This record gives sequence, structure tokens and C-alpha cells, in this order.
Amino acid sequence: MESAYIIETIVKVVIILTVFSALAGITTYFERKVLAFMQRRLGPMHVGPYGILQVAADGIKLFTKEDIVPQNAVKPIFKIAPVFAAATAFIAMSGVPFLPEFTLPFTDYVVHPIVADVNIGILFVVGVMAVGMYAPLLGGMASHNKWSLLGAARTVIQMLSFEVVTGLSLIAPLMMVGSLSLIDINNYQEGGIGHWIVWAQPVAFILYLISGYAETNRTPFDLLEHEAEVVTGYATEYSGMRWGLFAIGEYANMFTVAFIASLVFLGGFNPMGIIPGGLAILLKVSFLIFLFLWVRAAWPHIRPDQLMWLCWKVLMPLAVVNILITGIVLI
Amino acid sequence: MIDFTQYNNRNISDDYFYLDIEKPPVTWQGKFKRVVKRTLSGELFVGLWIVFREMIKFDIHTIQYPLEKLPISPRYRALHQIKRLVESGNQACIGCGLCEKICISNCIQIDTKYGSKGRKVVKGYSINLGRCIYCGYCAEVCPELAITHGQDYEHVSEQRAHYATLPDLVTPMDIFKAGKQKPYPGFGSLTPNADNNVKKTPLAY
Repeated sequence: MESAYIIETIVKVVIILTVFSALAGITTYFERKVLAFMQRRLGPMHVGPYGILQVAADGIKLFTKEDIVPQNAVKPIFKIAPVFAAATAFIAMSGVPFLPEFTLPFTDYVVHPIVADVNIGILFVVGVMAVGMYAPLLGGMASHNKWSLLGAARTVIQMLSFEVVTGLSLIAPLMMVGSLSLIDINNYQEGGIGHWIVWAQPVAFILYLISGYAETNRTPFDLLEHEAEVVTGYATEYSGMRWGLFAIGEYANMFTVAFIASLVFLGGFNPMGIIPGGLAILLKVSFLIFLFLWVRAAWPHIRPDQLMWLCWKVLMPLAVVNILITGIVLI
Repeated sequence: MIDFTQYNNRNISDDYFYLDIEKPPVTWQGKFKRVVKRTLSGELFVGLWIVFREMIKFDIHTIQYPLEKLPISPRYRALHQIKRLVESGNQACIGCGLCEKICISNCIQIDTKYGSKGRKVVKGYSINLGRCIYCGYCAEVCPELAITHGQDYEHVSEQRAHYATLPDLVTPMDIFKAGKQKPYPGFGSLTPNADNNVKKTPLAY
């Protein structure tokens, strides 16, 4: 029994690592295509039919590119920082139930598609994702480059500002459910679209989406790597696969945020009418990922002072009021 | 004393008007009101809708360059060509040397000699395309419309000095014999849409 559990866990870990590393590449392709279509362009077209193999070309480029470590950089930290980005993103995924449990075909072996079903699931996921912010911070400070330093400083701003909103926005739905386990949260929303938490907590949902965008450095809040202002911010001095790890971490975080948002607010993997649960959550996650790209095409990004203004003066009071009202209603 | 009133009047047209921009709020109540108004007015969703509409319309403006090319004006000044006379098939250059004289980057070299019939013939002709700035003076000054600018803008070389000589520039004989030498459409010629630009001459002033 014990060895079977270990083997199962290792298989799950390998599957999650490979699937989400590949998804990071494929998402870059879709991101470029969707952005291009929204801007009346064609996007990648030349490598393979409709540019599908662009992902492979990018991968070959990343793997074979020279790895440059700047002369005056703090070399050990500079080298380890990208690992933080990818590692924390994938560690956070260990607490996320991706699909409903299913039995392996032709056997009666029940698979739980979650690596570690800890009873503080969402706390673990949010915490580890927050640790991921250390990657841009350390990488930027170790680079011996002023753009990188500015990017790192902006990382701190963003981390301090938005982790508060992430936590506070998640507290209100957790108060309703009464459990931190993502599976309990999912089971709380059984029984169709009407039972989704988003109808009871629309403000918390919007707040979580906003802070999720900030946490994954997506466009309205991409000020720590905005090209027009700080070149690439913390990633200015990175090349090759070290930069690739940052990218993989960012896209893996996008998927984690999308999974958490659909699990906590959008009914998780409960079946939706005739749509089975596994397909339902994949549809929700795909829509949320599309929303990431859509927002990137539509909205400009904001200044650091606007970010802090938005966070401390608007979102945090809103979150606190939301918690208060939820508490009063629950009592 | 001159009256400047009519000159000081900048309202040259009734179409001009001042934008009705409201003053930024000073009090915190005003600022709060503006924030709430902007938050709830749904302008962000207008932005989302516009890009989504463009994606659905799929009105792509990309020109996939090496495969597709935009049409260029006949007056575009690309690689030089030397025309052949339609009657005889001889190259139209008479060796007058005006293009060499007028060339402001000194990239045209023309060498002439007396031919067997006592007429001037062109011995050698070269253009240093690395120096040429494609100003078009040579084509403009040519009395015989011999040197012209073609439409071929895709030329590269491995060196800065890149010479085109007479055999490169003259219309190849096979193309000429096939009747594919196009009449000169460059400077001074009519544009394809010339008919649309014709305006009626007023008869009375």
C-alpha cells in the first residue's frame, strides 16, 4: 500500500511537471495568436502550418542560447533565482485538485488527481505562490543592472500590495465553506451553476481575479517587466534557459490562478448539467486563461503609484467590507 | 492703423470647437465621486469588447512580405534600368554623359568612344549601387528616357561597393523580343489614376 502510494505520487508529479511545462509553451503560442488576432495581425505563421511549430523553434532557441552571467552579478543568487520561479509555481500546484477523482480504465484503482491532499490546501497554494515573488526580487537584485534593480523594487511594491488583497478576498468564501481544503470548497458548490460561490461573493471573485493578475505579473500589473519603462525589469540580464524558467514559472502560475479561481468561485469540477466535471473545470480554466490574454490585448498597464493607490485605498477596504458583510450575514 | 481683427480671428472654420473637458476635482468628495463614476461606467468593458469584435471580424491587415507584396507606385525609384529602343532593339543610351555629370553621389561612370560610323557609342557604363542614393536625378536628366528607375527594390550585396554594369541594366534581349519591356512609367509620366485627378478647367476667372 505504502509503495503504491509513493509510485502514484511520483507518477502524478511527473505528469504535472511535463503537462504544465508543455502547456507553458503552448500557451505562449496561443497568447501570440490571440493577441495578433485582436490587433488585426496574423501572428506566427512560418514555422509549421499556421506557425504551430513556433513553440518548438522557441524551445530550441532557448535551450541552445548562450547562458550569460554578468561579470559583477552575485553569481550564486543570480543562478538560483529562476529556479525559485519555476519551483514555487510547480510546488504550489501540488495542492491543487485538477480533476475529479476517477478510476483507471480496466481496473478498479481510484486516482485522486491531487498530489498532496492537505487540509490547508488553499493556504498552502497561496503561500507558495507568494514565495514565488522572491524569484524576480532576488534575480533583479543580483543582476548588477539598474533596470533589474528597478524591476526588483517594483516586485516588492507589488508583493506587499497584492498579497494582502489575495488573502482578504479569499477569506470571505472560506468563511462560507468553513474549510481550507480545496476539495471541501469544491464539494460545497455541488448542485449546478446556481450553487457557485461567485453568486454569493461576486466582489471577492473580482478582487481575487485582480490580485491574481498582479501576482502573475500579467498586463494591467506587469510593471515589473514592462518594456517601455524598465526594458525587461528583473529579467533584463537573463538569457537562454534561465529566462525560460522565469517564463515557465509565470505561465504555470497563470494556470494555478485559473484553477484556484475556478475551484473556489466557479464551481470547480462539479458537473455542469450534461458536461462532466473534468471537462467543466478544463473549460473554466481555458476561459480564464483566455481572459488573461484578452485583458492583455485590451487594457493598458498602470503606474506603480496607481497600483499602490488601487490596492491600499480601493481593493483592501473593499475586501475588508466584504468580509464584514459576509460575517454579519453568516451570523 | 491697420485693423488686425480679421487676422486675430483663428476660427477658420465652424467645425472647430472647444472640448467640454471638466476640471479635475479638488476636494476629496469630488475625487471619490470621480473614482466611483469611472469604476462603474464600464469603460473597461468597452475596451474588451472592441478587441473581441476585431478578433471575431478577423479583418487581418498583415502582408506576409516575401510571399505577398504591396503594389508600389510607378514613380518609385528602385533599381535602375536602361531601356532599348522599340524600333531597333539597340539600347537607348546615346552616351551624352548627363547622368554622370548630375549624379550627386558620383556613383555613375560612363565611358564612350567613337564608333565605326563616327558616332559616339557607350564603351562602359557602371553604377555603384552601394553609393547610389536613388535620388532619381539621372532618370530625370536623361534626354532619351534611356536610364530609368524600375520597381525592383530587392537587391543585396556582400560588399558596400556593388556595381551594376551595362549588361545588368539594359533590358535583356529575350524579354525585349517578347515585347515585355514596359514603357517608362516614372517621372513625368501619367499616374495610373490620372483620369480621376483631372479637373474641369474653369472657363471664366
